[in-house]
Amino acid sequence: MRGDIIFQLSVRSVRLHFLRSVLAALGIVIGVVAIASMGMMGANMTLSVTEELSDMANILVVNAYTGGGGGGMMRIGGGGSSGNDNYLSDDNFEDIKRIASKYGLVYALYSDSDIIEIGSDTGRATIYGLDPAVMPEILTLTDGAYPKSTNSVLIGPQLAERWELKIGSRIDIGDSDEGSTTTVRVVGILEERGMSMDLSTDSAIVGTEKLFIGIYDTEGEYGQVTIVLDDIDDADTVTGEIEDELNKKEDVVTVSDSSRMMETITSTLGTLTAFVMAIAGISLIVAAVSIFNVMMMSVTERIREIGILRSIGTQKEEVRRMFIYEAAILGIVGAGIGAVASLVLGYLFVLIMVGTTEYFFAPASVMYVPMAMIIGVIICIISGVYPAWRAADLDPIEALRAE
Amino acid sequence: MQNHPVIELDRVTKVYPLPAGDVIALDGISLRIEEGEFIAIMGPSGCGKSTLLNQIGSLDVPTSGDLFIDRRNIREMDDRELTTLRLTSIGYIFQKFNLIPLLTAYENVEYPYILRHRHPDTTGHVTRLLAGMGIDEALSSHKPPELSGGQQQRVAIARALVNDPKTLLCDEPTGNLDSKTGEQIMEMLKDLNDQGRTIIMVTHDPAVAEYADRTITLRDGRMLV
Repeated sequence: MRGDIIFQLSVRSVRLHFLRSVLAALGIVIGVVAIASMGMMGANMTLSVTEELSDMANILVVNAYTGGGGGGMMRIGGGGSSGNDNYLSDDNFEDIKRIASKYGLVYALYSDSDIIEIGSDTGRATIYGLDPAVMPEILTLTDGAYPKSTNSVLIGPQLAERWELKIGSRIDIGDSDEGSTTTVRVVGILEERGMSMDLSTDSAIVGTEKLFIGIYDTEGEYGQVTIVLDDIDDADTVTGEIEDELNKKEDVVTVSDSSRMMETITSTLGTLTAFVMAIAGISLIVAAVSIFNVMMMSVTERIREIGILRSIGTQKEEVRRMFIYEAAILGIVGAGIGAVASLVLGYLFVLIMVGTTEYFFAPASVMYVPMAMIIGVIICIISGVYPAWRAADLDPIEALRAE
Repeated sequence: MQNHPVIELDRVTKVYPLPAGDVIALDGISLRIEEGEFIAIMGPSGCGKSTLLNQIGSLDVPTSGDLFIDRRNIREMDDRELTTLRLTSIGYIFQKFNLIPLLTAYENVEYPYILRHRHPDTTGHVTRLLAGMGIDEALSSHKPPELSGGQQQRVAIARALVNDPKTLLCDEPTGNLDSKTGEQIMEMLKDLNDQGRTIIMVTHDPAVAEYADRTITLRDGRMLV
């Protein structure tokens, strides 16, 4: 007999009860797949969002101070409601422009959410009002041209697709039941931007400032001011200067950069991933019960054998080791199969749920495979500890009497 | 035969506490067993034969009294020391053979050797032992259920001898064998005794007990003089 004789006995015991062992290991396979897949999905989501946000690292967004930390985040791309006090005034905008224009492009943004009517269909969309001179600098078109007249608008690609809008299509903004609608004409379709720090145009209508003020009568009440920095290293300087100047007496503005947004999103996704993984972890607890059951059966069936081993000079610690090995074999085999399966299934999950597998093999993503394997093996070993202890503590004389 | 006690019992008592009251399995047994002796322990069922064998085999320790094996008092040993004693100084032969079903005949014999030496046998010692018991190489690769009772008991004797113990303890070694095979096994034990090993054997069978130099009879946990 070659190798560790105690290990050999464990291997043979597992082989002797092959079907039972496979079924017990299957629980570990499922648990490892669940944990690894969920973890990888979360990691891929985080990496995907982080990558998108990193592209916007040179953008600072200034919002009116709302009383709480990071209040400005609420308005990002969402088109905060006008008509309340949470807006930036012309004076605020001028101050920001004076401070920040030497560091890059500064522009103000009007935004609201409103009912839109296209033919007989009614829906809702975010309406942005922008300085026409700024549009070519921050927005990219896939079709058409930038608005030249007040009633010309750009629309996001998702809005265009959902409502089958083309260049020349007409949209009524406002509720016709209340009798106040403004008809605009689509002159350009925007390129997809995805998640964005400053404005999310994929499902929005972007018009001129004049159009926005004409509809909502909110001249000088800006939803946010955006600064596109020439040099990303100026972010802290600009933030500091704006806060020093505008928040001198009281908090008037909040300056946000993408790192704070990234922190919030990463933290949220992290919490979500941990929660989903914890649910997936329940399957491992079920597997642990199954392993425990199999190990207890193994001990009960082999009481006489344990008695023989003890009577011919096997130490308690060696008997204990034999059963721990058995549990570890089930764990390692289950975790190994689970690792392969989680790479395949995880890839499919990520493809379906995240939409891209670009980050699938990134260390932050694949690390969930060994992590789930280790958890699976540890749970197996823990499940085997009590049965192993019981086996080792059997009275050899009593054990030899067992039939 | 040398005049040297390999095993010595001094007023050994074994009491099993039970809910219905204490059961005295051994009651003040005193006994000297010299090296090279062949002893048969006889008596009716429940008289304490197996309990006495388990004490001598260091599977259990006396409730009171002293039991010396190679001049070491087993009452002063912990479980690890007792287990090591079973591995190195005592060979056990059971009525039901008690081979490990997961291992082949060869591996069953090699198992205690590996436990003691921490490496497999590379000297041919196991093969020679099995051959001496009439188990050839083909048979030694079989698992216990594939062997006859007589073959299993021969393997069990080889296993008991593999670490060259001074003492062999036999618990009804022919109890599960037909008379012819039983005789062969007893001849083997007699040969081993002739080679100088101490043999202590529990038996019901007076014909088997005749192989022994001395017979001890127990009744209700006491030795009959």
